[in-house]
Amino acid sequence: MKPPPFAYECPTEVADAVALLAAHGADARPLAGGQSLVPLLNFRLARPAVLVDLNRIAALGHVTVENGALRIGAMARQAAVEADPGVARGWPLLTDAISHIAHPQIRNRGTIGGSLAHNDPAAELPAVMLALDAEMTALGPEGTRTVPSGEFFAGTMETALAPDELLTEIRVPELPEGTGWSFREAARRQGDFALVAVAVLLRPSGSSSGIDARVVVTGTGDGPQRMREAEAVLAERGTGGDACEAAGNAAAQASEPADDPHAPAWYRQRLVAALTRRACREAAMRMGR
Amino acid sequence: MTTQLIGEPVERREDARLLTGRARFIDDIHLPEMLHAAVLRSPHAKARFTRIDASAALALPGVHAVITHEDLGSANAPMPLLNEDPGFIYPRTHQALAPGQVRFVGEAVALVVADSRYLAEDALDLIEVDYVPEPAAVDLAAAAQPGAPLVHDDTESNVACRTADNTGDIESAFAAADFVLREELRPERGAAQPMETRGVVARYDASLEQLTIWDTTQAPVSARGVIADKLGMAEAAVTVIAPDVGGGFGVKIYLVYPEEVLVPFAARMLDRPVKWIEDRREHFIGSNHERLMVHRIEVAATKDGRILGIKDHFLYDSGAYCPYGPINAQCAQAILPGPYKIPAVHSTYEAVYTNTPTVSPYRGAGQPHGNFVTETAMNHVACALGLDAAEIRRRNLVRPEDCPWDSGRIFQGNTPFIHRDSDYPAQLAKALDALDYEGVKRSQPAEREQGIFRGAGIAFFVEGTGISPYEGVEVRVEPTGHVHVTTGYPSQGQGHHTTLAQVVAETLAVAPEQVVVESGRSDRFAWGVGTFASRSAVVGGSAALGAAKAVRARALDLASDELEVAPEDLVLEDGAVHVKGAPQMAVTLGALAYAANPINTLTSGAEPGLRAADYYRSPDGAIASGVHGAVVVVDVATGMVEIETYVVVHDCGVMINPTIVEGQILGGTAQGIGGAFYEKLRFDDDGQPLVTTFMDYLIPTAMEIPSIEIHHMESRCSLNPLGVKGVGEGGAIPAAAAFAGAVEDALEPFGATVRAVPLDPPAILALIEGRAES
Repeated sequence: MKPPPFAYECPTEVADAVALLAAHGADARPLAGGQSLVPLLNFRLARPAVLVDLNRIAALGHVTVENGALRIGAMARQAAVEADPGVARGWPLLTDAISHIAHPQIRNRGTIGGSLAHNDPAAELPAVMLALDAEMTALGPEGTRTVPSGEFFAGTMETALAPDELLTEIRVPELPEGTGWSFREAARRQGDFALVAVAVLLRPSGSSSGIDARVVVTGTGDGPQRMREAEAVLAERGTGGDACEAAGNAAAQASEPADDPHAPAWYRQRLVAALTRRACREAAMRMGR
Repeated sequence: MTTQLIGEPVERREDARLLTGRARFIDDIHLPEMLHAAVLRSPHAKARFTRIDASAALALPGVHAVITHEDLGSANAPMPLLNEDPGFIYPRTHQALAPGQVRFVGEAVALVVADSRYLAEDALDLIEVDYVPEPAAVDLAAAAQPGAPLVHDDTESNVACRTADNTGDIESAFAAADFVLREELRPERGAAQPMETRGVVARYDASLEQLTIWDTTQAPVSARGVIADKLGMAEAAVTVIAPDVGGGFGVKIYLVYPEEVLVPFAARMLDRPVKWIEDRREHFIGSNHERLMVHRIEVAATKDGRILGIKDHFLYDSGAYCPYGPINAQCAQAILPGPYKIPAVHSTYEAVYTNTPTVSPYRGAGQPHGNFVTETAMNHVACALGLDAAEIRRRNLVRPEDCPWDSGRIFQGNTPFIHRDSDYPAQLAKALDALDYEGVKRSQPAEREQGIFRGAGIAFFVEGTGISPYEGVEVRVEPTGHVHVTTGYPSQGQGHHTTLAQVVAETLAVAPEQVVVESGRSDRFAWGVGTFASRSAVVGGSAALGAAKAVRARALDLASDELEVAPEDLVLEDGAVHVKGAPQMAVTLGALAYAANPINTLTSGAEPGLRAADYYRSPDGAIASGVHGAVVVVDVATGMVEIETYVVVHDCGVMINPTIVEGQILGGTAQGIGGAFYEKLRFDDDGQPLVTTFMDYLIPTAMEIPSIEIHHMESRCSLNPLGVKGVGEGGAIPAAAAFAGAVEDALEPFGATVRAVPLDPPAILALIEGRAES
């Protein structure tokens, strides 16, 4: 479990990092917190010729609230965002979800941007960013572009980033007053990747039920999945009666997990139903507070 | 005065070094000019090959050697068979490097030696082997069938061993039964996974023709014999040292793993020190596994719950080789009647070769399996008869007034399993009380109305400990007054140095700080077997007591000469011998040791020094016992389980150090819970391992293990002078059955019946939904 040979670059400016990626193309891999990439290197499952270490780039570590929106530098540590009081006030869904990521030691090194760019199909952060309608800022040789989270996650460990593009910032819009939220995860052990996790946001709106619902599930396929049928159930019927249960069942029906060594597909569907139901109820209780 | 130390919670003398990073594990050994090795392992479960092309690897700068089976010569002779079994049909042991045929994914094929481990692994990528894959026998039941692909081509079947152990009149038992339970029960494959993986460092001193090997082995003295034999060297020219070792649990006693021959071979060949450290992936595929058995059991019972007889036929997965003998199957078989008076027990096992890593003991060595079978069957008989799970146990227990009660079973080390020195009914009563068993049962109807599914499970264990063969300990008083204690069996974290110091210091009336303990170095003490089977306190502790008593007698004799007073008028206190009633007439142990120096006193034929060695064998072992109880709550929507309460009542006889006893119980129980709910090794149909990381092999962490409440019952063992019974494995043995019983009880409204562990949440949801188990 030692990596094969690679060249190591350690730029201190974002532009230099992007230039290195442009120069080496697909042979280069950016190194953020290293909590996924380093094991892949040690197992010799990833064999990049060049590692571009982003850890010395001071400009990518910010966590700020600007005009109501949250701006997170791609290299901000998960632990820093978890502990940020502004995040906890405005986006408690994000704070809570981060506490489910692995263990404190890993969150001390792991970065928000690293997790999003890696896009493990059972990771928490892509699901949460999709639920929060976050926007990703990418910098490439052609300059900066913004990618909505709905277009950013492109499949198992795939994103909209080109090989020579770097994720630099995540922008999370302000949530309306009274938004209810919940994050529910089932994992075998504290800190494991989710068997299934569900993020629910209930925004007050002018719909028939007064709710604009966002339901995102992860762990069931090739990345975070918006459960539009479940969202429609909640928008139409609210959260009273058996609406949450119906939303859970709709989400389970829309999910398409596969059998794997940790769980058969039918079991993950049961989890989607149960966790979605519980998350909807919890989010409903938090609405308007 | 003489201070009592046996029984005191003395602080572990090992901890200061271990907790401040000053311990020296294998990977902390750095020698000048040292090279690093990596092992090329088979990617196929079964394949033949004729050619290993290492030319590209050898051309890589920094690569010093690629060693294959052809280079080893007689060093590649098959490893010894450690344990005979009367039922052996095809005993087969492994070789250091596969000679043209591989039998599991992970089997060693070549050794690369290079300037660094990085380079050695680069070289592994460059070695070409012309494997021709063949069909593999992977599934245990399928491998046992006629016509299955053969693991060893020179056999006619994969059944390595078929052995019956029959006690009592089974026909009459079943003829008299009101009810017969028939069931298939399956404890799954797991592995110990000690925190430190294996490792070997070897240095050959050409000027002295001496080989020194640092090895994570649990048996350095025994390993020295095998390694010397394989390398064609005198035992006198080989030293094996087990330094600080980070956990063993059985997986580090094998005699020997390939690397224990290969690394010294390479060091001698290259005349450079060589280090090999097993990485975690290698440990998953290159070190031994445990647990998988399939038991088909029949239990004959009367309608009032008396168990009349057990018939058990089981398959035991031996993996690719069987050098340890089918010890796990023997132990499972011996333990079947548990603490119960069961008049007839007939059991036959078939140990079966499969194209998977070799199986050898892991904490409990088959006893967790046998225990799961019996205790789960007890639950199922109780359920069928409408009896409470505690009540059926109470009705069948061996009672103190029955003892000694010969179960008729023969345990590992040819030890008769005779119950004595314990009170099983009292253990049960204490466990039920601590668990609030009645309270849990009383609350169930109302809780179930509210959708809360809480249940209680209990499981007994009896454990064969302190088995043969022997261990030895030498105690020597220095002229400095320090007491030097040496033994051959090493520690992997058990705190032997603390407990041995307690025994010796109390016997010699010195402060424990005066006692220096050394273990696990074949050059310091060259007799002994190893650390396994919960035997160190019983066997090694008794030897230490014997040696210390002999030293005390010699000290009194020497003092008698010195003080010109008869020995019976002398006492040993506070590190000195003095005349009874006249403490001023004293001579210290150090002064006596000086007086015993051969310069001063030796006459021909006499022994020098104030020293003695003692060797102890416990032909009847020592049976430890206890009850585990768990209260769990099952989330019936997700199959997740929370363990609310976990109680251990146990009797390991006299406790030399209660803190160390509690540590053993906590660790063992945690591993038992792992086997009950989390840990499972899986292979695909071709024998490819699917679980080779801690992301997939779910060892419970401190977050998953509940607070465990321990109750000691201390019944002195009458079979050894310390009065101790072993405690190393008891924690691990009944945990699966207790957990499974609690889950079954919680899910009683669903008619859930547990037949396999580990239970994972999908399996639990399947029980709830009545699905065919996945």
